[in-house]
Amino acid sequence: MHFQTNGELRSWGRVGNRVHQVARPRFADDVRRWHGFGQDGRLAVGNLRSYSDVCLSDGGRIVDMTGLNRFRSFDPATGIVVAEAGLTIDELLKAIVPLGFFVPVTPGTRFVTLGGAVANDIHGKNHHRVGTFGRHVRSLVVERSDHGTLILSPQREPDLFAATVGGLGLTGIITEIELQLQPIGSSQLSVETLSCGNLDALCDALEAADSAFEHNVAWIDCTAKGSNLGRGIATRANWLSDGALLPHSEPKRSMPTDRVDGLLNSLSLKLFNSLYHAKGRWAAGTAVRHYEPFLYPLDSIRHWNRLYGRSGFYQYQCVIPDSAGREPIRELLEEIAKSGEGSFLAVLKRFGDLASPGMLSFPMPGLTLALDFRNRGRATLELLARLDDIVASASGRLYAAKDMRLPPDQFRRSYASFDRFCSFVDPCCRSDFWARLQS
Amino acid sequence: MTKRILVLGALSEIAEATCRLCAAEGAHLLLVARDRKRLAAVAADLKVRGAASVDIKAGDLTKLDPEESLAKWAATLGGLDLVLLAYGALGDQRSMECDLAAAATLIDTNFRSAALWSLAVANHLEAARRGMLVVIGSVAGDRGRQSNYLYGATKAGLGTLVQGIAHRLAASGARAVLVKPGFVDTAMTAHIEKKGALWSSPEKIAALIRRAAEKRQPIAYVPGYWRVIMTLIRNVPSAIFHRTKL
Repeated sequence: MHFQTNGELRSWGRVGNRVHQVARPRFADDVRRWHGFGQDGRLAVGNLRSYSDVCLSDGGRIVDMTGLNRFRSFDPATGIVVAEAGLTIDELLKAIVPLGFFVPVTPGTRFVTLGGAVANDIHGKNHHRVGTFGRHVRSLVVERSDHGTLILSPQREPDLFAATVGGLGLTGIITEIELQLQPIGSSQLSVETLSCGNLDALCDALEAADSAFEHNVAWIDCTAKGSNLGRGIATRANWLSDGALLPHSEPKRSMPTDRVDGLLNSLSLKLFNSLYHAKGRWAAGTAVRHYEPFLYPLDSIRHWNRLYGRSGFYQYQCVIPDSAGREPIRELLEEIAKSGEGSFLAVLKRFGDLASPGMLSFPMPGLTLALDFRNRGRATLELLARLDDIVASASGRLYAAKDMRLPPDQFRRSYASFDRFCSFVDPCCRSDFWARLQS
Repeated sequence: MTKRILVLGALSEIAEATCRLCAAEGAHLLLVARDRKRLAAVAADLKVRGAASVDIKAGDLTKLDPEESLAKWAATLGGLDLVLLAYGALGDQRSMECDLAAAATLIDTNFRSAALWSLAVANHLEAARRGMLVVIGSVAGDRGRQSNYLYGATKAGLGTLVQGIAHRLAASGARAVLVKPGFVDTAMTAHIEKKGALWSSPEKIAALIRRAAEKRQPIAYVPGYWRVIMTLIRNVPSAIFHRTKL
């Protein structure tokens, strides 16, 4: 493997500049041969859609896994696919949608690799029905610097499997994934849109739809205050049982540059959010839509993360457990609305009670709120610290894949299996996130 | 649409990306390269992506007998609609200047072997009066420059040969195309650190190769702007060119 200096590799939030040594192997045997030698720190990364430093390793070695993007097998009788870890959901869908299958769990972007989906134990709009991605992983092939090639599954080496699912790439290099797919009868969904005037109405709508809808999520106007606080648009959907099986198309638009700063400011945010809410009210009702605009609205603009300009942005996602109720979400929204910051797409969703298989998996039963904040330096960090306090006192937790500055103490306290996880870390794997937790 | 495809040097990134496009159209593929395990991995992938069939032959193309092998493989596929010749080495110009054995190996691989395979394919296609030979050359063959002229010379030689084959086949119903990529971000160029706007991905090149295979032109620069760049470079007077470090 040939490593070369790369000063441009960043996580999706684009905050800061770090220098890496990057190699891009094309075959698993390259990784296998190299991984057993040497002791220097290393981190396997996928398509760099994580917002945080879980996919960074300043001054260290990065193994870019996107060259390992082959299918190994697919059985249409069982819906089981085996593929290399660098295959993206984008590529996977192009092959399987025409055959009547879909990924069981997808995040809001299809440009993530399967390895990344496992390492962050991702969730989707259907969490209340099917849980996290890791629940559908039948087995993994992992390269360990100390034990060589290992095959992991919930039955075989269950502890290392549980550490690797949601393990942020720290338990070895995932090279292969066996995944159970979901059959679909159509590439279209029946989508119901509902406008809600305040937080209670929105939460009620989310709760009411869990039993009847496979996908259930709400967009929330994070700039609304007072009696409008927490207003938003609930969207819920089910796959049509019968229809055409057409995969998605390539994105047609692209944000060419990050050289335009201040595009997203308090004013444009307020304007966008109000317009979006008005549009949602206008579009309320039921419509048939292809999965592409429903599941992947932001994928229609390549490099949308450049909209935040040169300083980048912070993404913040927390989960507030059911026991704490809605009140903490209200407090978070009040704090955010007061700051005038926040994002053009803030998302609220309920996690169901299906257990997450990973030791460091993020989801737990409760309400999860996700939004971005443009990077304004100290002011932003102080706002996020105030949000941290609200989350901590509600016994909630934060998502490592999203949070560039997740406070190490808070992470250790809020993930009960953290100490157990540490004993499964590959001695050669390191990320900037992990380094922060160690310090 | 192309259906039965033979790929010589199927483990090159450009070849694999091209194969994926053909697989999605339901092609029959026969892949040749040295490493059997890697070929098997590529073949398994192409099957899931929609290829009607994928056969693999592990062997060293510089050592195999082109006429004999080609006859066998054409029979396996039931005819040849497209032959993609995609193998070649870049070599290290500096070290090959002193190590003539290494230079000979490069010439053997990139020119001698590739030329003989091209001739054998031309004979086959001419007799069949149909089918297409696509050979991957390089813009490096357009003007010799100090940093990679040995590689450039082998690609120039091969290019002239394919141009001649295209001329010879013109009346037969069969065709030949020389594809000349510019900078492509692959394992072959992984050691080059600064990659700018002129670099293309293997997927982009593959899509352009597919398009070139459907057009009538015997020489295709991919992407097309390299035709302009190379016209300029060819016409820079030596007095100026020799002062550059290109």
